[in-house]
Amino acid sequence: MGLTGLEIFKQLPKKNCKECGQPTCLAFAMQLAAGKASLDACPYVSDAAREALDAASAPPVALVKIGAGEKAFQIGNETVLFRHDKRFEHPTGIAIQVSDTEDVKAKVEKINKLVFDRVGQVHEVNMVAVANDSGDAAKFADAVKTAQDNTAYPLLLISGDAGAMEKALEIAGANKPVVYAADANNYEAMVALAKKYEAPLVVKGSDLNNLADLVEKVVALGYKNLILDSGARELSKVVADQTQIRRQALKLFRPFGYPTIAFANNDDPIMESMYASTYVAKYAGIVVMNSAEPQHILPVITLRLNVYTDPQKPIAVESKIYELLNPGPDAPVLVTTNFSLSYFCVAGDTEASRVPAYIIPVDTDGISVLTAWAAGKFTPETIADTVKKLGILEKVNHNSIIIPGGVAVLSGKTAELLGCEVIVGPRESAGIPSFFKQRWLNK
Amino acid sequence: MAVTIAKERWTSKVAEMTLGPKGLKVGGESTLPFLHFEGEMPNRPVTALEVFDMEPQDWPDILKEPFADVLNDPVAWAKKVVEYGADMVALRLMSAHPDWKDASADEVAKTAKAVAEAIDVPLIVLGCGVEEKDGQILPVVAEALEGKKCLIGCATADNYKSITAAVNGYGHSVIASSPLDINLCKQLNILITEMGLPLDRIAFDPLVGALGYGIEYAYSIMERARMGALTGDKMLATPIVCFVGMEAWKAKEAKDPDVPEWGPQADRAILWETTTATTFAIAGGTIFILRHPESMKRFNAFIDEAMKPNAY
Repeated sequence: MGLTGLEIFKQLPKKNCKECGQPTCLAFAMQLAAGKASLDACPYVSDAAREALDAASAPPVALVKIGAGEKAFQIGNETVLFRHDKRFEHPTGIAIQVSDTEDVKAKVEKINKLVFDRVGQVHEVNMVAVANDSGDAAKFADAVKTAQDNTAYPLLLISGDAGAMEKALEIAGANKPVVYAADANNYEAMVALAKKYEAPLVVKGSDLNNLADLVEKVVALGYKNLILDSGARELSKVVADQTQIRRQALKLFRPFGYPTIAFANNDDPIMESMYASTYVAKYAGIVVMNSAEPQHILPVITLRLNVYTDPQKPIAVESKIYELLNPGPDAPVLVTTNFSLSYFCVAGDTEASRVPAYIIPVDTDGISVLTAWAAGKFTPETIADTVKKLGILEKVNHNSIIIPGGVAVLSGKTAELLGCEVIVGPRESAGIPSFFKQRWLNK
Repeated sequence: MAVTIAKERWTSKVAEMTLGPKGLKVGGESTLPFLHFEGEMPNRPVTALEVFDMEPQDWPDILKEPFADVLNDPVAWAKKVVEYGADMVALRLMSAHPDWKDASADEVAKTAKAVAEAIDVPLIVLGCGVEEKDGQILPVVAEALEGKKCLIGCATADNYKSITAAVNGYGHSVIASSPLDINLCKQLNILITEMGLPLDRIAFDPLVGALGYGIEYAYSIMERARMGALTGDKMLATPIVCFVGMEAWKAKEAKDPDVPEWGPQADRAILWETTTATTFAIAGGTIFILRHPESMKRFNAFIDEAMKPNAY
């Protein structure tokens, strides 16, 4: 990070051996600077150079892999404080906590059901956190075994007792659970365990200074597969610490160059859900909650989906027939673009009108009505193709479609191509309820 | 190892607006939301609950229930909103909408005056949403409310002239509304200040979307506007109005009483409204116009926590 191609080139062996796949060392250096090649491709780089380059080329926030198998996921590699500066890279992992003093199987089965479908995509929680509240190593090991036997999600093992952690890892270690946590008292033992299983290790400080200290000690022991917990639990302190850790990481303060974990756990599930949503937006790599009830989890998952979208890439919905409020053959057909916000506005305002309707988003590569029109992607031809392909006019008895008011100019040609009536709707979706009232229901 | 706390040296701050008979202050922050360790948030984010001047047609039962006995009486409804602890009352003049009663400017102004007389918190008056009609009725409303220091809106690029002139003349503040584009927000603020209304009497509305329905667009606009305000862009340095209730209660997740896989409606609906609100609060929102009293209570509990000091 931050090194230019020439600065990297100075550290390379300059043999031009081509074994890295690049024609020259300089070309390889340029690829490294662009983040498109790994230093591992060079067989002759000296250890000293490797150390210098590794340290300098490491991302501001390390990438950490959690779990094994199909539910494994990654956190970290973040590069900005604000999503509008580029994007947030790896969505926060949502962990639901179960205690080794409760019915682990029952709760894990509930957690497994926290899977939601949204416009054709599946969104779910990511981890089961098992807490050693009993203080009993055998009970903890039992709980970890029950959890592992009943879920495919990676585990987060919560115990300050290295002995209990060792037993739990004998059961679950092969699946790369997160080990929580190394603190000032137990870090040597916890690092040894995490190393043995190559499992991500949370380093828990009592404040930022203490956290930085502890990370340096852990790194000195040769372990860098880390996640940070500043120890803060109060909302305003967590927001401050999360902001500090991200800011420091981006300034390349190395002890804070790892993803974070935040605990939203609260006896009041509404409070917990609001906290968790805040931590999703404010930089947490993992957020931990107690509630396994869908009404408390769905808002958090939805916010994660929203905040982690790429602001530079319009989000598209699938171009298909959307049926709102069980439309029949006499229901209106609204045409819009497949920019998700266009679709959601039209769908939301149509539902508000309580008039059953069909919505047909034309595939405009996810750009909005007027932009797509200007770009030649929302045209009589694309509208006619979509209407024909989806066969919507065969489903209705009125042989008409409604197009957005902003592209009224397209109505004549579209009508000609389709041989149907093309009605010009309102310019803004907010006008749909009154449009239906005045123009459709009186038809 | 001592960590050197990273503090931004902001050079400017958000304008501070004063509303209502008792001078409620909003805005004025000199740091990003809740980063008390590097600047001031002299005023906490404030709430208003909506009151309609006619019975709402599309509210789900769960939302009507807390106001069941007052839905036809805006004055009694407004008093109830104050009882529930709202910082402000937001009166929406729905009856003026051509689709509903197409009420005249004089009729709605009478209602607005009666509501303002009945409460001692600041009044926000919102038009019916039809720009042309609002451009006609809001100046008359502004006149009827002279001296009450209300917040009146929404002024848009198409109707701001008549509204701004009346707001300025009768001592109120205005909500400037523009669709999801930071440059349009800024442009409208400029046009309004060019008419002589001072910046500390403008709040802007970026037309927010609810959780799950484009919330990220307004979220990023607010973050960008706050960065702009703190680094000296005066034309972005106004409080931000978030129409959370109106948007959140359009969402299926709030309205639908019976979707087993989403869990019971009560907590889900309240969380849809509060999560939309708290998300804008951490992005820089200032004035939160909500609908359900329980959401407001939860939101305030969240703000209590977020306002706690976090200096290092």
